Amino acid sequence: MSYFPHPVRNQYDESDVRRIVEHLVSRIASTFPAEKQLNIVGIRTRGEALAHRLTSMLRQHGFGNIGRGVLDITLYRDDLSEIGPRPMVRPTHLDISIDEHPLLLVDDVLFTGRSVRSALDALADFGRPGVIRLAVLVDRGGRELPIQPDFVGLTLSDVPSDHRVNVRLRETDGKDEIVVEPRA
Amino acid sequence: MTIPAESKLIRWTRKHLLGLEDLSPQEIVFVLDTANSFKEVSTRSVKKVPALRGRVMVNTFFEDSTRTRTSFSLAASRLSADIIDFSEKGSSVSKGETLIDTARNIEAMGVDIIVIRHPAAGAAELLARTVQCSVVNAGDGAHEHPTQGLLDLYTIRERFGKIAGLRIAIVGDIVNSRVARSNLFALTKLGAEVILVGPPTLVPRAFEKLGAKVVHDFDSVIGSVDVVNMLRVQFERIKSSQFPSVREFTRFFGLTQERFHRCKKDVFVMHPGPMNRGVEISSGIADGAHSGILTQVTNGLAVRMAVLYLVTQAQQEE
Repeated sequence: MSYFPHPVRNQYDESDVRRIVEHLVSRIASTFPAEKQLNIVGIRTRGEALAHRLTSMLRQHGFGNIGRGVLDITLYRDDLSEIGPRPMVRPTHLDISIDEHPLLLVDDVLFTGRSVRSALDALADFGRPGVIRLAVLVDRGGRELPIQPDFVGLTLSDVPSDHRVNVRLRETDGKDEIVVEPRA
Repeated sequence: MTIPAESKLIRWTRKHLLGLEDLSPQEIVFVLDTANSFKEVSTRSVKKVPALRGRVMVNTFFEDSTRTRTSFSLAASRLSADIIDFSEKGSSVSKGETLIDTARNIEAMGVDIIVIRHPAAGAAELLARTVQCSVVNAGDGAHEHPTQGLLDLYTIRERFGKIAGLRIAIVGDIVNSRVARSNLFALTKLGAEVILVGPPTLVPRAFEKLGAKVVHDFDSVIGSVDVVNMLRVQFERIKSSQFPSVREFTRFFGLTQERFHRCKKDVFVMHPGPMNRGVEISSGIADGAHSGILTQVTNGLAVRMAVLYLVTQAQQEE
């Protein structure tokens, strides 16, 4: 269940994003035991920033044992030719052992599910988490694979396929906002 | 915490890597940055990514090689590509087939990347004009050895955190060296000062036109350089008139212990391999704390993964 009920808007500002993230954090905090280790891995680039925020907020909820990591999925993608100019390959940082403990995978927007598929492939090369759960800031529908999120901040169900859901975050873009806009 | 959202770097559009002479400084930095990301792959428990799954790379070596050939093979296998090894010995080349015919036939089997080493300068470029697939130069005569140049730059940048402003001596048999040329082109583009050191027969003044300083007295610069890159004396290429004797060469241009003591405290010693221990470099220095020689080999793998990945991605642009 997402924070904002229908009808959807096209623009969410900084205070909206803050409430959406808080909603995500409270859902996550009530699911995982705070005293056990939880690994939080963000998908570059905005999933990384989001994972960073979730981590510091979960620490305030008493989570004392959070392992952190960043995944670059460029080398695992099967849709490189469709996403336009090739992205720069950046390093993956997973210095933690991801075996056995629960792992929370974090991304900004869930659309076709192909990024998440790539991330799951990448994670399998690093180990075998006890359970992998998926948290996304926005679920915009349009899945091409049988992948569903476990924690959703905002559900946008009627986004036309020629529109993009752009998440901008302070850490990467200087401000917090979610905007639905036509593809450039 | 600040994370750069989009790379402000250039778009890589080169399907071939033939040399470093015509790369822009931005392109060189782009390859080095990409290699940095690939270095992490080799630290994983599963040292493999699926980026080139279903692609085929062929190693075509018309000259002997240990490091480069093995490094390209391992790089391709870490990217999940399939690898064919072709060598001149035992192939139809010994029956008189031309280079172009050999390459066309190999390409007709559905190869995506040809890695070529050849004794003739320009061989890689000739192939690139003939075939549709990507061509990566693994050394053509005394012309260029771009991946060696890139891995040398990567290693220097990793050690010093920068390249601009460094004083780098490349010592020995410069005239026969493709490594020296690739290093010279790339280092000067990125703002390093390159000093070529060796006897006049092996380091002609003509190199000054390429932006290098030419010095025939090693001892005059030994105390002021940040990096000493010792080249192998290529006995197989040197004409007897260029080179009086091994002992004389070592005495004037070898990195001996005595000379090493006059170097800067944090001097970085490099060698592209294979080494002639006791000729251009003394064993103790090659194995010592200042040596980056094995680091060069390790970094070579990451650099070649980056190059194979980038040239393959550029094929999709067409």
